[in-house]
Amino acid sequence: MNDAPLSLEALRAGDRTEFARMVAQYSAPVYRLGLKITADEQDAEDVLQETFVKAMKALPGFEGRSSLATWLFRIATNEALMVLRRKKPQVTLVEETGDADEEEGVPHPQQIVDWCCLPEAEMLSSETKAEMDRAAAGLSPALRSVFVLRDLQGLSVRETAEVLGVAEAVVKTRLVRARLKLREALSAYFGERMQKVSADEE
Amino acid sequence: MKNKGHCEDLLASLSDYVDGTLDGQLCEALEQHLQSCHNCTVVVNTLRRTVELYQQEELDAMPEAVHQRLLHRLHLDDFLHEG
Repeated sequence: MNDAPLSLEALRAGDRTEFARMVAQYSAPVYRLGLKITADEQDAEDVLQETFVKAMKALPGFEGRSSLATWLFRIATNEALMVLRRKKPQVTLVEETGDADEEEGVPHPQQIVDWCCLPEAEMLSSETKAEMDRAAAGLSPALRSVFVLRDLQGLSVRETAEVLGVAEAVVKTRLVRARLKLREALSAYFGERMQKVSADEE
Repeated sequence: MKNKGHCEDLLASLSDYVDGTLDGQLCEALEQHLQSCHNCTVVVNTLRRTVELYQQEELDAMPEAVHQRLLHRLHLDDFLHEG
């Protein structure tokens, strides 16, 4: 399958080959997005399938006001957030009553450990990766979706705002909160690793 | 963070700072503060490293079986071995 730009016209007309090319181009990023937001492989697969089933139905009416990628990510993010809501109904209440996260303001850093000097191998270990996943999964759905779109999928602040249907200022506030929380979690983890490394050296 | 009030004002702009998109004046003010505040310097460095670690994280590959089931669900099985 070639990587030539997709033809919106063909997609809207229901061209199967063009749709298959769209699936080939976007299935991996959509799967990853679902996996990072839901933190569950089965849920990620459901998100993936639902996203393309919905896209197939909605394509004839797609006006192309946003890019195809943004549009697909919007469907996928909504699916992923819906999965989370179904699994944890209590999360819905928090999210819909003004998002308790935002009312707290920006979290004040507690962990002041400079772990930047730790060996690269330590930072790339599978244990570190598991800790990073745990930390990201610990973010609220509102913070997690911003963080996943911006830092893991590499979307700009503007594109992230477009996908989520919120103002850019909201994306920026959530992003700084998400990043500071992750920094806090990784600092606690690496702080312990540093103590261990220096204890081993003695 | 000894100078708590000042540090908190700066916290909100840290994300833009590590992305290199902070407005000029604020950026200058932040850098000036960093010269005299060790704790903020540690926070900025570890925040930047945190973001880098996530951004560099290896992509999770989509399992082949997941791909097959997706194409099947979309009635596109005939495209399975293309691409």
